[in-house]
Amino acid sequence: MTGALIYACVGAALFVCGVAGLILLPHLLRKILAFNIMGSGVFLMLVGLGQHDNIPDPIPQAMVLTGIVVAVAATALALAFVRRLLYLTSKAQFVANSKSLDQTEEKLITRERNKEGDASK
Amino acid sequence: MSDPIPWLILLPLLWGLLSFLLGVGRGGRLAIVCLVIQLALVALLVGQVVAEKDRYYAVGGWSAPLGIDLHVDGLASVMLLLTHVVILPLGIYARSYFSHNVEGVGYFWPMLGLLLAALNTLFMSADIFNIYVTLELLGLAAVGLVGTAGNTRSILAAIRYLLVTLLGSGVYLAGVALIYGSYGSVALAVLEPLIENEVSVAVFLAAILMLVGLLLKTALFPFHFWLPSAHGGAPTPVSALLSALVIKASFYLILRMWLGLYAPLATIQAAQLLGGLGAVAILWGSIMAFNQTRLKMLAAYSTVAQIGYFFLLFPLITEVGSEAAEIAMQGGVIQLVAHALAKAAMFAAAGVMILSMGKDDIALLSGISSRLPLTLFTFALAGVTLMGLPPTGGFIAKWLLISSAVSSGQWGWVVVMILGGLLSAGYVFKVLRQALLPAAAEMKFRPVNPSLEWPAFLLTFISLSLSFASNNVLNILGAG
Repeated sequence: MTGALIYACVGAALFVCGVAGLILLPHLLRKILAFNIMGSGVFLMLVGLGQHDNIPDPIPQAMVLTGIVVAVAATALALAFVRRLLYLTSKAQFVANSKSLDQTEEKLITRERNKEGDASK
Repeated sequence: MSDPIPWLILLPLLWGLLSFLLGVGRGGRLAIVCLVIQLALVALLVGQVVAEKDRYYAVGGWSAPLGIDLHVDGLASVMLLLTHVVILPLGIYARSYFSHNVEGVGYFWPMLGLLLAALNTLFMSADIFNIYVTLELLGLAAVGLVGTAGNTRSILAAIRYLLVTLLGSGVYLAGVALIYGSYGSVALAVLEPLIENEVSVAVFLAAILMLVGLLLKTALFPFHFWLPSAHGGAPTPVSALLSALVIKASFYLILRMWLGLYAPLATIQAAQLLGGLGAVAILWGSIMAFNQTRLKMLAAYSTVAQIGYFFLLFPLITEVGSEAAEIAMQGGVIQLVAHALAKAAMFAAAGVMILSMGKDDIALLSGISSRLPLTLFTFALAGVTLMGLPPTGGFIAKWLLISSAVSSGQWGWVVVMILGGLLSAGYVFKVLRQALLPAAAEMKFRPVNPSLEWPAFLLTFISLSLSFASNNVLNILGAG
């Protein structure tokens, strides 16, 4: 096994760990970290697979630089949203999913409607 | 300004950044002026494509494989034209909508500029890494738009959407890494002749990774879980934008790779699988739409169902006679165009009605037919397009798709398409029935500015006139 292939395999392993974490971990900060691990895995794969006969190829390196910029921007956006969520609900998790939000709103609507109905009687 | 291609990317970036500098909620007028200019540029570009076939543009004078090529063919022209035809009325609508101060405008206009720059670049990209970058740009701008309202529901929807879109493009990028490792290039023009029937495991894996990543972003069943909350929870102009255009971008890439890069791997079994998922999406989305109590959630689940329709295209263009495949392709593209116009109109009309009612609840709609007849008419016409009844673009699309399915002997898909039309009639008539009931005595409707009603009507009007102008769309498609 050549050195380049080892990088690619480690990258693939990191990628799988990252995807699993992104899907399975409940805490949003951990999800963001998992996304970064996934991204690093892909970058390692790109650089590792791009090497031939241990001569580094500059094109995947340029692509990885672009990818890092994108990942930093995405992480910043995600953190900003999580901070906002923490401010609004004091939780950094998907505790109240949108379905239960809908249900609470529906309950509010029906309660209001019932009140209106009572008043009109 | 001789070549419109770079300006279609630079102009939205410029006005997007400029309206960011103007401050929160500003920049609407600037955006609309620039959208008019962009529409003219797109018209110019489409004229060039029809006249001289494919257009290439080497960014900075460096052509592939060293530089980044941009490529505009018939399909890309149709998508560019569609994007700008939808976005101009929506921009006018959004400006009026946010002036009613119901939902925070936030940085809507800068984000719209960035979204448009990403969409235009995506449609013109000719290498798989550039496509990754545009996918990320598009995703980040769309997530920002979902979160503009800033309340708990929209923030939750935005975070879920962000994680899904990041996962999707990460998986896609893993596919790009495998392709680069195998062939040492990312340019589609270089890769297409290299991929043949007998491919290595790495390339096969790459195709699956890229397809799954794009399916996540397109929200095909069972990857649709994030769509209703994101599209139903965003401010109305954003919902219209996402449902009409952003979903189409990743679908466009799947279609493009199916026909081009991965054509040797596109077997009938894979096509049947995609078509089957599409059929489930139609049933599930329509039933869920029918069960909704909120108008915007109904429209969002209707999008889940309509995405299913797009995927019925794949079994009709794979391993069938070239004539049947061509008819199916035409039907599929008309379906994309008709759905984009109709869904934008439907969300816009729903937004007007919600604004007037003060609350998003279908049960409160009774009596709205006498208050907002134009808006209800818009909603009904958009619904008729989704059902696929004449004289709409939706009808022509279904007609072409069904006749292609019949000529290649795939009767099962005909049944699915007809059933889907009936199901969409179910949820559209549910809304219309409620709206045509007499008003409850205590119900008070807020007056609505006509500048909100007319852009929505304009969108359905264009979708209606599509049934007479569909030949022009097909001419542009055939030019590539």
